[in-house]
Amino acid sequence: MEIKVPELSLVLLIGASGSGKSTFAKMHFGEYEVVSSDHCRGIVSNDINSQAATSDAFDVLKYMISKRLKNGLLTVVDATNVQASSRKGLINLAKEFHTLPVAIVLDLPERVCIDRNDKREDRNFGGNVIRQQKYHLKRSIKKLKREGFRKIYILKTEEEVNQIKGVVREKLYSNKMDLHGPFDIIGDIHGCYDEFVELLDKLNYSIEQVDYDSNHYGMRVTHPEHRQVILVGDLVDRGPKSPEVLKLVMSMVHSGTALCVPGNHDMKLQKKLNGKNVQLKHGLAETVEQLEKETQTFKDEVKEFLYSLTSHLVLNHGKLVVAHAGLKEEMQGRASGAVRSFCLYGETTGEIDEFGLPVRYNWATEYRGEAKVVYGHTPVPMAEWLNKTIDVDTGCVFGGKLTALRYPEEELVSVEAKEVYCVPTKPLEDSSLSNLSFQQEHDDLLNIDDVIGKRIVQTRLRNNLTIREENSIAALEVMSRFAINPKWLIYLPPTMSPCATSDLPNYLEHPQQAIHFYKKRGVKKIICEEKHMGSRAVLIVCKNEETVRNRFGIEQEGVGVCYTRTGRNFFNDSMLENQFLNRVCDALTQSNFWERFKTDWVCLDTELMPWSAKAQALLKDQYAAVGTSAKHSLSDVESTLLKTQKRNIDGIDELLEKFQYKKQATEKFIHSYQNYCWEVNGIEDYKVAPFHILATEGNVYVDKSHEWHMEEIQKICKSDAEIFTMTNFKIVDTNEESSINEAIDWWTQMTESGGEGMVVKPFDFISYGKEGLLQPAVKCRGSEYLRIIYGAEYDRIENLERLKNRGLSRKRSLALREFALGIEGLERFVRKEPLRRVHESIFGVLALESEEVDPRL
Amino acid sequence: MILTITTTHKNASDLGYLLHKHPDKLQSVDLSIGKAHIFYPESSPERTTVALLLDIDPIDMVRGSKHLSGKGFSLAQYVNDRPYASSSFLSVALSKAFSTAMNGTCAKKPELVDVEMPFEVKISVVSAPRGGEFLIRKLFEPLGYELDIERHILDTKFQEWGESKYFTVELKNSIKLKELLSHLYVLIPALANDKHYFVSQDEINKLLAKGKGWLENHPEKEQITSRYLVNLKSLSRIALDRLNEENDIQPTELSSVHKEKRKTLHDVRLNMVLTKLKESGAKTVVDLGCGEGKLIRKLLKEKQFERITGMDISYSELTKCKKRLHWDEMAPRQKERIELFQGALTYRDKRLEGYDAAAIVEVIEHLDENRLQSFERVVFECASPKLVIVTTPNGEYNIKYEQLMDGGMRHTDHRFEWTRNEFENWSNQVGEKHNYQVQFFPIGEVDENVGAPSQMAIFTYGN
Repeated sequence: MEIKVPELSLVLLIGASGSGKSTFAKMHFGEYEVVSSDHCRGIVSNDINSQAATSDAFDVLKYMISKRLKNGLLTVVDATNVQASSRKGLINLAKEFHTLPVAIVLDLPERVCIDRNDKREDRNFGGNVIRQQKYHLKRSIKKLKREGFRKIYILKTEEEVNQIKGVVREKLYSNKMDLHGPFDIIGDIHGCYDEFVELLDKLNYSIEQVDYDSNHYGMRVTHPEHRQVILVGDLVDRGPKSPEVLKLVMSMVHSGTALCVPGNHDMKLQKKLNGKNVQLKHGLAETVEQLEKETQTFKDEVKEFLYSLTSHLVLNHGKLVVAHAGLKEEMQGRASGAVRSFCLYGETTGEIDEFGLPVRYNWATEYRGEAKVVYGHTPVPMAEWLNKTIDVDTGCVFGGKLTALRYPEEELVSVEAKEVYCVPTKPLEDSSLSNLSFQQEHDDLLNIDDVIGKRIVQTRLRNNLTIREENSIAALEVMSRFAINPKWLIYLPPTMSPCATSDLPNYLEHPQQAIHFYKKRGVKKIICEEKHMGSRAVLIVCKNEETVRNRFGIEQEGVGVCYTRTGRNFFNDSMLENQFLNRVCDALTQSNFWERFKTDWVCLDTELMPWSAKAQALLKDQYAAVGTSAKHSLSDVESTLLKTQKRNIDGIDELLEKFQYKKQATEKFIHSYQNYCWEVNGIEDYKVAPFHILATEGNVYVDKSHEWHMEEIQKICKSDAEIFTMTNFKIVDTNEESSINEAIDWWTQMTESGGEGMVVKPFDFISYGKEGLLQPAVKCRGSEYLRIIYGAEYDRIENLERLKNRGLSRKRSLALREFALGIEGLERFVRKEPLRRVHESIFGVLALESEEVDPRL
Repeated sequence: MILTITTTHKNASDLGYLLHKHPDKLQSVDLSIGKAHIFYPESSPERTTVALLLDIDPIDMVRGSKHLSGKGFSLAQYVNDRPYASSSFLSVALSKAFSTAMNGTCAKKPELVDVEMPFEVKISVVSAPRGGEFLIRKLFEPLGYELDIERHILDTKFQEWGESKYFTVELKNSIKLKELLSHLYVLIPALANDKHYFVSQDEINKLLAKGKGWLENHPEKEQITSRYLVNLKSLSRIALDRLNEENDIQPTELSSVHKEKRKTLHDVRLNMVLTKLKESGAKTVVDLGCGEGKLIRKLLKEKQFERITGMDISYSELTKCKKRLHWDEMAPRQKERIELFQGALTYRDKRLEGYDAAAIVEVIEHLDENRLQSFERVVFECASPKLVIVTTPNGEYNIKYEQLMDGGMRHTDHRFEWTRNEFENWSNQVGEKHNYQVQFFPIGEVDENVGAPSQMAIFTYGN
């Protein structure tokens, strides 16, 4: 005898103590698949026989079962299960998780059980207990089917038990994971045969006439690329040619050209054909009438066909789910009455609307699953994605369209209805009321659950990144108090680590270490880019406000945005911001950017100068304040010491030398910050230096080299030299001494004439070394600039020595994680994922920024 | 930072005896970070000058000065004016370098201690934020000083950046040396209004000891005390009480800070919110933007409110709120009524659903106007309490405030301060959209032209 169980089921072993359940379980199931009540008794009481512990033990048992079932794992319950009342709780549990209950009964003779028990040292209950259990079991066996067990196996003798060689696991009907498509998923047809044929033709299927038989009804449908049609159900009712549709679909299904899931109308027809008493409403009457001309054989075939349909299909390794009314994540690939009912009718709130129709609860708004769900059932004016789900019922029978979703291309192909075959009870929702897409409307509000607490973000570049709760806490405050509209925030730049500390006596940072950093990690070609000293700014610029609305779902906020590395508005004055963005937009237009990149928006990573434009308060409160206090105090110190020097007191000379150094250092310090300041009176006083073209429609440019970025950016810069500043760069071969020296000389020259320094990057945007993803860039700052960071007197030799003792590992780890998250945000946006998914990444960057790290790095 | 004290007393070189520092030597004392040097730029019977030079180690300064990192600028602990401007470091240096003189002892020439001498003092530079020259004069002039003050601009290259808070100050007075030193000890850090170490109760003792004999009668004693104690109100109050006790002043004359529990606008506002909530019959209330929990504490006292929830965006405010509520010691039954959590009014939040009433007191003006749409949806569409109370400043009233006469807002974080009209328009539109009826109330005394300082809208669900 062979035992077959569905691959996801809750298997109850049923039998008296000593009937061999544990042995059976051990032999036929995996270690973790079996949960045993005795074991649970032991856990809660240290005694596997304790009857007093039963209640607690079953709590634990049920808890374990629910966790396993939730995770989609077959589970075997090793308990006597001889009473209906104890089975009931378990059956309910199976239902709750939409898994099928299976009973395997070990109904061995009483004598065998008693003998076995007697031999066990850890068991001491007598024959009475077993007799009692046998009694209950006997009463139970007949009831099992009614209790809801899908499969029941009864083994009556030791021989029968021994003959079982294994337990076969059967795939669920819905499991079509091994079908990968490509598919054309077609919405509700409702008897619109002509449109159906037209759509098939448009999708390049050919319909050949063949001999009429009860499989193909005279038609054979094929596709040159062997694409397959999937029908989301509701083939019949309301429309003019339901039987023709059925014939064509049945033919396609029989020949393997199509798969089909049932719709509620199809099921109602099946009931009718089975002779059940159903009301001839909602278009069923027409179908019944049309079918009257057909033979009984055909009707029987239809009945059989409809019976064979599975509530939903899980395809392509679980990445695609098709169900008539859609399906929640926790129900996918499962089987229960609830799953079937959801597939047919969707979710309703129980209320009735003004048209007398049940109020539908839009499950898709809360959908968080990984699989894409394609469904129909509710007619919509246009098929639109929402949280990875799409409704492709575009109301053909009501005079709308018949739509197919091409998968995996995700293109929509439609044909218009030839006429209005049926007037809907409720008018189709008019989408012109809103300018925004379903997804954008849905995304209008983010959910707090998507950002608070400990979070794990999956990124393409670095797998799972953990955001700790305390960092989320900090980020929530910053994000909601200071950041701009989250719909704009598709990227935040990562922090950048400096190069390793120089071993040259007079330098804290020197290009040698920066270049060596990549050379050591096997990077042969690197790029050195001039580092501008302003403020980091991310620019999103759209061709026009229409693009802003269509692509970003934002209205009345101009043609773009310019924000800081913490997601705040760069400009406090929106007029100025608009002028600036329009200027950038014009430059993009003039340089034919939109055409060259086939896009109408762009996200640029830039440095916006002068520093004093954004950091005015900081400059005044901190840098100028320190400068002026030091300057005036130190000049009085110097004159007092000079006066004292004349008195020939020991030690004054040394003191004078020290304070004269301080005075000079202060002058240099002041000069250093002044370098990056100028007065801003209007838009033309700003200078923007872009250095990455991060993304445009459909593309994130991390696959392009930095040289490409520099060259493309130069083209933009050329069209408006007044506000754009080009970034000088040098490409360096790390194996060429002369090439390295050239870069070092360049850096020296640049920093000596007041430049901040340079950024060294691998030639390719994304580079890997032995340790995995490499730092996307390291900075190497000039000696004078570093005064701003480390204080005026940092370069006095005894100070420098102490400062050289600095650790970079935290900063580097942070830089990598932020880089991965920032790019992830862009990738998700470009792939049109829901805002919460983009926001999650960006929120992550902000959260990581609250990790404590030496701010001077 | 350098301080010089010059005297032209007839035997000017006696200053060396008084200070207990040899005029022909460079002497140094250690400070927690760096050193103070004492030397004499000139020493003659006609004129003697002593210099106290602070030599702060800028790298060492970083240690233990984390609290320096001010809001929004994490580099402040590394780049700041500590080594160059006068501050509490000067007081420490004074007491270390000239402790005997400050205590009024002089072993060699005890008769000099109580002699008033003409002194000229120069300090480069003094930091005097929020007060400037005016304040410097107010602090020193009542003690008989003649002042010469030079203010420094922030940056000569960027004149438009304006003046700095730094001054070179010259003081002249005929006074006992020990008095001069105590004045400097107290007044310099009071001007700087900043401490390089943690301020504790000890600080009160130091202040009272050094201020003995003059601070009690100083017209600016309150300001000096409060600034010296870095604006820590609790400490200032204790210090002032003790100062007044010693001075034997009647309690009726006690400072307004202390006694007169004037009802602030915020108290009026909160009481009004409380009254309205009570009138509404609400049993469950959520305070959105509860801050340190003033309203929560009021609600807690009323039996009517069975469930009280506070939400704030700032985790530190919530921590403060818990502390104020004595959360850890709270009786379990009491605790059951309260819930506090962090949240943001721009994110949909299930935890906010199902309340009878929501209080949103002085919150909306902290949101950018273009974020208000989300706020509306979160509160009125998703959380949808039966009653919503919103208060916000009345911008029209600002002209009644001296500091706001020429525009500006009441709080640096305010994104807008609406007129009555603007507030009413917004509220009515929200009410209409989300099916709430709206009523408006003024908060505070109503001026016939500009209305009350603050305004309230009460939204009631349904028509």
